[in-house]
Amino acid sequence: MNPFTYARAEQAEDALKLAEAQGARFLGGGTNLVDLMRETIERPQSLVDVTGLSAAIEETSAGGLRIGAAARNSAVAEHRLVRTLYPVLSRALLAGASGQIRNMATLGGNIMQRTRCAYFYDDDGSRCNKRTPGQGCDAAEGFNRYHAILGASPSCVATHASDMCVALAVLDAVIHLRSPRGERTVPFVDFHRLPGETPQVETVLEPGELILTVELPANPIAKRSTYRKVRDRSSYAFALVSVAAALELDGGKVKDVRLALGGVAHKPWRALRAEEALRGREATPENFRAAAGAELIDAKPLRYNAFKIELAARTITAVLQELAEEAQ
Amino acid sequence: MRFLINGQPVEVDVDMRTSLLDLLRDHLNLHGSKKGCNQGACGACTVLADGERILSCLALAVQYQGREITTIEGIAEDGQMHPLQRAFIEHDGFQCGYCTPGQICSAIGMAAEAKRGMPSHMTRDLGAEFITLDRHEVRERMSGNICRCGAYNGIVNAISEVFVEAE
Repeated sequence: MNPFTYARAEQAEDALKLAEAQGARFLGGGTNLVDLMRETIERPQSLVDVTGLSAAIEETSAGGLRIGAAARNSAVAEHRLVRTLYPVLSRALLAGASGQIRNMATLGGNIMQRTRCAYFYDDDGSRCNKRTPGQGCDAAEGFNRYHAILGASPSCVATHASDMCVALAVLDAVIHLRSPRGERTVPFVDFHRLPGETPQVETVLEPGELILTVELPANPIAKRSTYRKVRDRSSYAFALVSVAAALELDGGKVKDVRLALGGVAHKPWRALRAEEALRGREATPENFRAAAGAELIDAKPLRYNAFKIELAARTITAVLQELAEEAQ
Repeated sequence: MRFLINGQPVEVDVDMRTSLLDLLRDHLNLHGSKKGCNQGACGACTVLADGERILSCLALAVQYQGREITTIEGIAEDGQMHPLQRAFIEHDGFQCGYCTPGQICSAIGMAAEAKRGMPSHMTRDLGAEFITLDRHEVRERMSGNICRCGAYNGIVNAISEVFVEAE
């Protein structure tokens, strides 16, 4: 690990000031950043600890929920209002990592976590455009069972590892950011980027910009939401494919639907095409399957991950069917 | 840096890069917490910070200043083994023993989480106020602690004896 200085911020203003130092990075629970620093993939010269900033989970005047970026994953997962109003978020968090890691990891840190692509981690032996821009990608022709089927580029086929972020994508969450230039909000689905030619640029966050809070808008459909994760072991493994969904029926027809996929792309994948294909249609397994097909029509398999296309289609169908049965 | 470790105030001067695990093992002579993978995959380094289970290998010591850290060396009370330590012996909850300190610290933290109503991936009703720990819940909640000897049946039996109410 390279040497660094450390400072703990108690207020957002302090954090932004401290982050003006050369090579500064914000530090949450450290469950990803500390590991990457140990591998010298991340080499910050200074760490600004932001775990002392707002971790509050509070109702907004608009009837939604605002969560401070320092809120621990376990605190969000067990919060009474998250469990009842946004069950997909609680379920996604509880499907991620382990009890110990959920006690450490923060909301902001989870959003900022980097890919678990083994070639990204293999500093000594592999080429990676994310780690060393322009170097090439050894995952594209390598063992890419865990890699992307949607939105990938020749430069990068990595996936985003977070479960929580798939739930935030389905809930139409909004991220509140602050920098020395002021505050701004970004829709969660626009926060992460597809790799394109610059896979090292993973979000729209600007240098020195800080995630303050994430806001979940009030939406009755969120109450009827869930998350399903398909993985190699029954617990404590990253997703091969995951599905976050919310469904509202009206007399056997789909009145409204929200759908997002994890484990398939460089960012949490909001499935707008599938949603569009379902609104107003009969809530049948055939229609669910057809909607999944509409979303996955552009899916491009790599050598070892073609199974993900069928797995995603079946998981989407099963999750929507589960929600439809609960609604009837 | 100042800490409260197993009830004792500790003041040490260490490099900023020192993990909580290395602080315990290399600077404070507390070798109970184990370095299995040193990358957050095995759970052998699990300790309690203010009663919450965390991975000390992924924790920078500097971030835990002023916190109360409990390791396996601080689990016994008045020279008497913790009931869970006794149960691990009773149920053969280990073979080589390397993962055991992490398993025991993790289980103590896990039981406190369940007691206050924290749901898990196995919990069917998220709205439920109380959690009933059963073997499936214990296995899910303990999935962050790997045992390469495969002593899981003994581990789950030991934890169940102490923390799962008889049906």
